[in-house]
Amino acid sequence: MSPMSPSDWSAVFLTAQLAATSTLVLLLIGTPLAWWLARTRSPLKPLAAAVVTLPLVLPPTVLGFYLLLLMGPHGPVGAATQALGLGRLPFTFGGLVVASVLASLPFVVQPLLQAFEAIPEQTLEAAATLRAGPLDRFFSVVLPLARPGFLTATVLGFAHTVGEFGVVLMIGGNIEGSTRVLSVALYDHVEAADFAAAHRLAAGMVVFAVVVVAVMYAVNRRPRDTDTEAKA
Amino acid sequence: MSQARTERKPLHAQLRAERGAFLLDVSLELPGTGVSALFGPSGCGKTTVLRALAGLYRATGRVALGGVVWQDDARGQWTPTHQRALGYVIQEAALFPHLNVLANLQYGLRRAAAAAQQGALQNGLDEVIELLGIAPLLARRPATLSGGERQRVAIARALSTRPQLLLMDEPLAALDAGRKAELLPYLTRLQRSQDIPIVYVSHSLDEVVQLADHLVLMDAGKVLASGPLAQTLARVDLPLALGDQAGVVLQAVVAESDATWHLLRLDVAGAVLPLWVRDAGQTMGQAVRLRVLARDVSLATAPQPGSSIGNQWPGTLEAVADDGHASSVLVRVRVGADGPVGKTLGVAVLARLTRRSFQHLRLGIGQAVWAQVKTVALLD
Repeated sequence: MSPMSPSDWSAVFLTAQLAATSTLVLLLIGTPLAWWLARTRSPLKPLAAAVVTLPLVLPPTVLGFYLLLLMGPHGPVGAATQALGLGRLPFTFGGLVVASVLASLPFVVQPLLQAFEAIPEQTLEAAATLRAGPLDRFFSVVLPLARPGFLTATVLGFAHTVGEFGVVLMIGGNIEGSTRVLSVALYDHVEAADFAAAHRLAAGMVVFAVVVVAVMYAVNRRPRDTDTEAKA
Repeated sequence: MSQARTERKPLHAQLRAERGAFLLDVSLELPGTGVSALFGPSGCGKTTVLRALAGLYRATGRVALGGVVWQDDARGQWTPTHQRALGYVIQEAALFPHLNVLANLQYGLRRAAAAAQQGALQNGLDEVIELLGIAPLLARRPATLSGGERQRVAIARALSTRPQLLLMDEPLAALDAGRKAELLPYLTRLQRSQDIPIVYVSHSLDEVVQLADHLVLMDAGKVLASGPLAQTLARVDLPLALGDQAGVVLQAVVAESDATWHLLRLDVAGAVLPLWVRDAGQTMGQAVRLRVLARDVSLATAPQPGSSIGNQWPGTLEAVADDGHASSVLVRVRVGADGPVGKTLGVAVLARLTRRSFQHLRLGIGQAVWAQVKTVALLD
């Protein structure tokens, strides 16, 4: 097999960068969102849950199309980013991050939500009666108990961002070094009937996916071995 | 019993809450020492009261322990749970599953005191670990503990912060009879060793009479009665008295052992009232709490030498009330009031009689009667 072209390597790195950035943003947004969904009795909860779940059922191209309109020069988001001096988001790496975060949101929020809902209210109340304030309770009880949920959310968020195609194509196009990610590069190779190059990317993705899933199951099955609380 | 202890830090609570058709409206003044039991049927609001005391549920009103005000809605004051010096134990124990027993115990200790003061708390915790017999469990995970062990750890954990108030919500309810019997002695020991007030929620009168010093009787969101246990149980006018469980609690001292008949003599209310019970190995001089059910007491207008009931106490009929069933009445008899120990006012026992016997014996308030005590239950 001939080595991968520099252009393909650029797509690999770009994808890794996009997935890592999106996953980080997803965890930062998804954690408080999932926590709120898990504990709230607000009448807005079903609506919020539906909006978060929407990307799961919506065709990615539809999501991408509307995002393109929203973030474009005449869309409200586009007008706002321009007014703030951030320029336009479509066809930039930043635009891809925003789109990926929205598209992958359910994959991060759902596992977190399930993990949070599985924590009995009584355990948190016990922590409160033992002098732990709200943030303390989150870090000393919720985080360790929801650890498998966080792992699943991270893996699913990362993997889904790596595999996203429709939204990326709609919002980012195909600009080498800034928006041409793996899935788009793969599509290009197939379009150009360069099956050898397509194989190199596709097989690499398969290996990546198998490794990730295996690691996730192995880690989640291993019981937590630290018994003592980490010193603050 | 804790009556000899100095009174301190009484608990005051004035709470109101409305949830649909259920209205909670209670006013409580509980002693600053000993066990106060909140007793009542399921759904009467006793758990809600306890949660409101802990700040886990927000009722409107005022909560203060001694001079420390935790809630005062009139002044817009609210102290969140984690800033209240209390310990809380619930039915399900709620241990932290990701921490071993020792780390569970240290969780609160670390947060309750700055590093410099943790030594003192650790000493206190060591005592509690000893008291509850959980030293062999320290390295275990909560998931590997039995229900009774889990509950003992939960109690130790609640005491680890050296709280000013211990709240317990049906700590025995999730356990089977065997585990309950296993845990009760620990609770009795706890009640005697801790000089903080304990509020104990229960719907089991058996637990209450064994552990409590003060009884709060609740029903449908209201307080029906609140007072010292023995006094409150001796009232004939409470719904509590209307059940099969009506009866009084008495304090006694083991005074004599009769090897021939395997009996013990207990002295109730000084040496005025001797009571012979089955010898269950109690030590001489030991203070015991005993329960005399109204259905186990009968009355006679004269001593009955021909009766198989050996325990007969002279007394005065003091009160009479309707009982749950139209055929019977509940009467209170004050016994031992005029014995050789002149100062004592005696104790009250309840007796359940048929209305017919009451008529036939021509009984009335103020009349001298003999109370025949068939059986008693020793509580500790």
